[in-house]
Amino acid sequence: MYVYDEYDHKIIGERVAQFRRQMERYLAGEIPPEQFLPLRLQNGLYIQRLAPMLRIAVPYGMLNSRQLRKLAHITRHYDKGYCHVTTRQNIQLNWPQLEEVPNILAELAQVEMHAVQTSGNCIRNVTTDQFAGVAPDEIIDPRPYCEIIRQWSTFHPEFAFLPRKFKIAVAGTQADRAAIYFHDIGLQLVKGPAGETGFKVIVGGGLGRTPVIGSVIREFLPEQDILTYLEAILRIYNLYGRRDNKFKARIKILVRALGPDVFAEKVEQEWQHLRESPSRLPQEEIERAKSFFPEHAYVRGLADINEMASINKLRGENRDFGNWLSHNVHGHKVPGYRAVTLSLKFTGVAPGDLTDRQLEIIADLADRYSFGEARTTHNQNMVLADVRASHLYELWLELREAGFATPNIGTLTDITCCPGGDFCSLANAKSIPIAEAIQREFDDLDYVYDLGHIELNISGCMNACGHHHIGNIGILGVDKKGEEFYQVQLGGNSGYNAALGEVLGPSFSREEMPNVIRKIINVFVENREGEEEFMETFSRIGMGPFKERVYAKA
Amino acid sequence: MPKLNKSGEVFADDWQVQEKEQDLSAEQLSAGKWLVHVKWYLAHKDTVTPSDNLGVWLDSDDEASDLGDAAKLFPVVGVNFPVFSDGRGFSIGRTLRERYGFAGELRALGGFMQDQLFYLQRCGFDAFIIKEDANVESMKQSLRDFSDFYQAAVDQPTPLFRRRLAKQA
Repeated sequence: MYVYDEYDHKIIGERVAQFRRQMERYLAGEIPPEQFLPLRLQNGLYIQRLAPMLRIAVPYGMLNSRQLRKLAHITRHYDKGYCHVTTRQNIQLNWPQLEEVPNILAELAQVEMHAVQTSGNCIRNVTTDQFAGVAPDEIIDPRPYCEIIRQWSTFHPEFAFLPRKFKIAVAGTQADRAAIYFHDIGLQLVKGPAGETGFKVIVGGGLGRTPVIGSVIREFLPEQDILTYLEAILRIYNLYGRRDNKFKARIKILVRALGPDVFAEKVEQEWQHLRESPSRLPQEEIERAKSFFPEHAYVRGLADINEMASINKLRGENRDFGNWLSHNVHGHKVPGYRAVTLSLKFTGVAPGDLTDRQLEIIADLADRYSFGEARTTHNQNMVLADVRASHLYELWLELREAGFATPNIGTLTDITCCPGGDFCSLANAKSIPIAEAIQREFDDLDYVYDLGHIELNISGCMNACGHHHIGNIGILGVDKKGEEFYQVQLGGNSGYNAALGEVLGPSFSREEMPNVIRKIINVFVENREGEEEFMETFSRIGMGPFKERVYAKA
Repeated sequence: MPKLNKSGEVFADDWQVQEKEQDLSAEQLSAGKWLVHVKWYLAHKDTVTPSDNLGVWLDSDDEASDLGDAAKLFPVVGVNFPVFSDGRGFSIGRTLRERYGFAGELRALGGFMQDQLFYLQRCGFDAFIIKEDANVESMKQSLRDFSDFYQAAVDQPTPLFRRRLAKQA
């Protein structure tokens, strides 16, 4: 994991002091609210429906046990004892006191954390695959590049007042787990013809009220050029992105208006002025960044089959354990190791919520089973990425005790869901109760397993924090004359085969929703051929049969 | 209005800013110090001679390339921020400095705010036209919010990663 040096400590410390002074000036009436707004947002602080909300950055999802314990302390001391994992791998506090936020930031700085640029019209926290560095299908570990981009974007003086927010994601695997086609910039690490490392560069993807699949503007950018090229893209966006209409201000609108080819040409021209600047990465800097993400001290030369022998025996004897192994445990590039997802989708708990005590338990488990590290995922779960396979049963027993062993990862009930109208002042409708109602409707685990891999995503408004456009089943909360209704979309896909969901038809009341999802699933099951996944059946039969069933007159 | 420089010193300022629709006669021009709008300058550049009393200003929807290398002919170039949320001026300032080699006084005009001073000076601005009642002591502090930074900009063209590597070597 990246470790701060004297420079990082100094810069983040000075940020805390800066925001403390800004808060004092604001409370003394020396900064008007409209000027304080971007300052607090760029420090992660929102004013929400019921209370302020603080969004803490978890750079590319990596946390160590010391940080987890600090987060536990902060949620207990400054909040109501719980926090929330977001769809961009960050952590939100729902009930901090405004005046205490500088103290929270100072506490975070002690453990090399911050809330920098987690909101506002600036470059946001860069995200990646939750299995970075351990995934068997990984081509290049994205984390060193994420860290290089994090440092470059932190307090970038030119790009702090962009037309709108700006999100970058990096993937280094064969299967995209970072939704790079749905970010302002998506970067796919690839190997060039001579084995050299570079990026495929995708721009102008996004969700929100105008969902767009990003366009490839460069098939191969050498790794040394990443910062100067990003700088060229950001400068074109800063200068030419629309500022007259907040809803047309994202880079996707600019890319669409110019056309991806013209946009790419403008970037290329700008880049010619920047590419030989000192911001071009020397190989030593790339190596330095990589040195923070070494392989852990794995036991080498393990025979995977031997390591798994006792575990596979227990799998046969204990159905619950077997289910968990099948759904919550993932392959690892090192024989004898596994990555484990801790499900934060226990029915009755808001998806992604964690208590202070649970944070401490994860810290302890990370120390004992996974080299002291854990990760957040954009599906709002947590991961212990480096677990010795022979320890899986012991770990499962502890996870079950702590409420993290719900064996539903990748299934219909592993719902991705924004905080919605229960917390968020932007929301049109509540989302958490819908998630819970669907989890209750589908409480038969064997049936859920038979359905295979299905992503169900819920957003409480068209800002799409729950990424409903890219759920195989997407649910969007809408407001109709002051009442909450829910629109259903089908066919979204977040991977390299990116697709946006299509709207099924008129929206439904909250009470109707579990039954609507039940009917959709029934159509899938009746039309499914063999072991087809939901997406395959949907692609084959199309929207028609779903529409017919759901809107059939009783 | 007073002028703050990047060291936090305040000066009386006697430059006048030409409105976009305003025409200026030769007499008017020679009677004072003027920042003329870039479009007006481009339309009159055959008859207007750059001098110590003539500067140019750009609005946020003007392009640094409109002025381009001609920036060097002037002692002062201004960049207007219509509102603080309009960040185009940061790119314009940096481009004037880094691409067109402008070394004179780069002044921020208009609706920028105190808490942008630090980023403005990083992007090459060294003068800021402020309100009469501005709290200069507080602004001085804002100019010094950070003592180091990760990325290259006008004030520090060497990014931190190169300085770190140099220190290790």
